Amino acid sequence: MSNLVTALNGASDANGIATITEVPLQGMITLRGDLSKAAIKTAATTAAGVDMPGQSQANMNGASGITWMSTDELLILCPYGDVAANLATMTKALAKTHALAVDVSDARASFTVSGPNARDVMAKLVPVDLAKGSFEPGMFRRTRMAQVAAAFWMTDADTFQIVCFRSVADYVFEVLKIAAQPGSEVDFL
Amino acid sequence: MLILTCPCCGVTAEETEFHAGGEAHLKRFGPGSDNADFENYLFMRENPKGVHFERWRHNNGCGKWFYAARCTMTLEVFGTYLAQTYEPPADLCAKISAKRPGWSWGRFS
Repeated sequence: MSNLVTALNGASDANGIATITEVPLQGMITLRGDLSKAAIKTAATTAAGVDMPGQSQANMNGASGITWMSTDELLILCPYGDVAANLATMTKALAKTHALAVDVSDARASFTVSGPNARDVMAKLVPVDLAKGSFEPGMFRRTRMAQVAAAFWMTDADTFQIVCFRSVADYVFEVLKIAAQPGSEVDFL
Repeated sequence: MLILTCPCCGVTAEETEFHAGGEAHLKRFGPGSDNADFENYLFMRENPKGVHFERWRHNNGCGKWFYAARCTMTLEVFGTYLAQTYEPPADLCAKISAKRPGWSWGRFS
């Protein structure tokens, strides 16, 4: 059995104005198909144990949840060890539906940015209005983070969780560290 | 800088989240077409000063293609609409007519 590690082996940095931590192994399943179909909704909600999110929303419950990636794509989060079982259940439930469910846990990296200045740090890197009231917990956004694609949501008022491709995990971690350099508060948002 | 609204996922973002995909509403002429039609399809493009229709892709977001109507001179974006159509929606054309009376672009006006 190989030794399972995350992209940066749990790297974290607390020297800056926000704490950046790599999220431990997180199960992720991409589900594509017609999101209006009952079979797809049921498969997603059964695997994640939360309700279907609306457009550009994320429904989270601890390490489980569903995020709305696009009009025909969901990212389902679940505990890492449950992925195989969930995938088998979903594949069986979706056998007669035009849909695709794939385990992408090891193809992604995930980070949290937390602290009172988390909004500042994120706002330096993404072309998104992160002012209070414009972006709040429950919302979900796919965008670019500096030069790479990323998606994020807020787990609480001071914490962002980011999902990016594993191949750019080091870039994302470094660019977050730069955006969180000590003394770089913007205090605008 | 353009501010575009993706008609698929509803996100409004500036242009670095999107990718331009060239002129909109091209009609393809493939095998069996005559040379003039093929040349027109492959090489000839509108190059307007003013109202222009383009394809865009929300490549750092939902990944979907859509159409956008904008002004090449002022960079004003008149509107965006879904790609599953052969022509701009009538309400968008009316909106453009109100702002740029007498506009024409390719076979639309």
